Amino acid sequence: MGRITLKDVTKSFGETQVIPPLNLEINDGEFVVFVGPSGCGKSTLLRLIAGLEDVTSGSININDMDATNIPPAKRGLAMVFQSYALYPHMSVRKNIGFPLKMAGIEGAQATKKIDEAAKVLNLTDYLDRKPGQLSGGQRQRVAIGRAIVREPDAFLFDEPLSNLDAALRVNMRLEISELHHQLKTTMIYVTHDQVEAMTMADKIVVLRAGNIEQVGSPIELYKNPQNLFVAGFIGSPKMNFINGTSALEYDAHTIGVRPEHLRASKSEGVWKGVVGVSEHLGSDTFLRVNVDGIEDGLVVRAEGDVELYHGDTVYLSPENDSRIYKFDRNGQAI
Amino acid sequence: MATQHSRSAAKLMNAPAVFLLLVWMLVPLCMTLYFSFLDYRPLRGVYEWADGFENYARFVSSSSFTDSVLTTLIMVGGILMITVIGGVLLALLLDQPIWGQGIVRILVIAPFFVMPTVSALVWKNMFMNPVNGLFAYLWKFFGATPIDWLSQAPIFSIVWIVSWQWLPFATLILLTAIQSLDSEQMEAAEMDGASALSRFAYITLPHLARAITVVVLIQTIFLLSIFAEIFVTTNGAFGTRTLTYLVYQRVLESQNIGLGSAGGIIAVILANIVAIFLMRIVGKNLDN
Repeated sequence: MGRITLKDVTKSFGETQVIPPLNLEINDGEFVVFVGPSGCGKSTLLRLIAGLEDVTSGSININDMDATNIPPAKRGLAMVFQSYALYPHMSVRKNIGFPLKMAGIEGAQATKKIDEAAKVLNLTDYLDRKPGQLSGGQRQRVAIGRAIVREPDAFLFDEPLSNLDAALRVNMRLEISELHHQLKTTMIYVTHDQVEAMTMADKIVVLRAGNIEQVGSPIELYKNPQNLFVAGFIGSPKMNFINGTSALEYDAHTIGVRPEHLRASKSEGVWKGVVGVSEHLGSDTFLRVNVDGIEDGLVVRAEGDVELYHGDTVYLSPENDSRIYKFDRNGQAI
Repeated sequence: MATQHSRSAAKLMNAPAVFLLLVWMLVPLCMTLYFSFLDYRPLRGVYEWADGFENYARFVSSSSFTDSVLTTLIMVGGILMITVIGGVLLALLLDQPIWGQGIVRILVIAPFFVMPTVSALVWKNMFMNPVNGLFAYLWKFFGATPIDWLSQAPIFSIVWIVSWQWLPFATLILLTAIQSLDSEQMEAAEMDGASALSRFAYITLPHLARAITVVVLIQTIFLLSIFAEIFVTTNGAFGTRTLTYLVYQRVLESQNIGLGSAGGIIAVILANIVAIFLMRIVGKNLDN
């Protein structure tokens, strides 16, 4: 069981309120990702759930029990920290076994649990090493191992991959997703990386300045962003926003088109522009096109072998009018 | 750019400083070594070669030698224990967010700035004096007979005075060590179900091991030669004669420079043995 409900939770540090009243429901077995730019309060929210910070008002229920004033250790949650927070003077075995030791589980029973966790995480050969002798990815796995042995109701991950290099990050992303399928335990994952959010989540919670902007599955957020912020945050490269006359044609204050929903042509189209920097990724090419009247220009996804270069004139048009997102003056989707 | 040329230039530039340091250190050491083989008693006008290692043999065979070594070890050990344990506790306390933290921290460091002679005199006259001392008042207030600290518990008194002086040093180093402890580690331990006491035992204390090692090493080096505190309080009486003090007595009170110098050389050798011994035991903490 791992159902977590937040009711009107707020958090203030002194005078500044970092989290205005917030409601959220996390179901058992869900992989929930809190995503948002840095400083949006997502880590604070996680720490509130963990019990490392006290809520200013509101209540947190875990498995239908009021956990608002329960100390972190008794909430049945396990957390993986951004810095891994391994105990440097203990071997991997002792690190993973620490929660068991604190719970009074020792001897053969503890050894069995540690060995099981190490096997799941491919750490069996490293059990006698110190954290200092491990690579970043291995340390990360030890931190996860320390969380697993407690058999918690939910795992909390606080930007666990941000200290890893790009290749390892992709790898660990898959491993954590795989772990979630194996354990079927609730996981709450905090990240500022929307790619991580899109690839791992069952449910994404987009946060800005402590407010929940939108909650939904990755595809829902991609297809139906409720406002400009979510539209700009989800998807990579980010959505193009166009104000002014072009937008008025669609009865909107701002319209948004994703780079993948734009067509580039050498002869005709809605917007005429000049190719700026282009990024050739092999499979795709992202062209940054400077268009008169559109401040930030437009980014368009073209074929990998498109024959357009810096300085070429290009015409862009939306693929399909249904792929155009319309927003009103307040940035809300129409 | 450590080319051959710039490296030799650097050596050349360093040379005067290195030379000065070497002379500064070697000349007194060689003089002491030289004197230790002399029968040199200025007041009697004796200045001649001693009979081989006669001075050394006499210094070591006197009964006060073993006593003084023992006294030194007890004193150093006692002071180390008080400063390390007290330092850890004080550092933990000062690490807590409190009002006026900056001022409190400066006040805590203050005793370290007081000259040893002055602090020993202050303790001797203002606190430990059996008639006028504050402790005497305190004892009398509770209806007890005042203790003449410096004659009834002389070693403890001196240990106490020196500990008071060195506690700030230990606290300061341990405080910076505590502050360098990753807060996420503590939080992780908290999530793992560790109580405050086990967090201290399993996380804080191992983290402090290195700093404690440094404190023990540095303090030992300085404490082996405590002198002023003994000089102004007991004058070496009541079994407070340390090795350093014995050397002083041999040279200045007995006016036997040869014997004193031999004692000085023995003290240097013993201090080195203690240092090597300490390095062996605790030095492994400094690795990794």
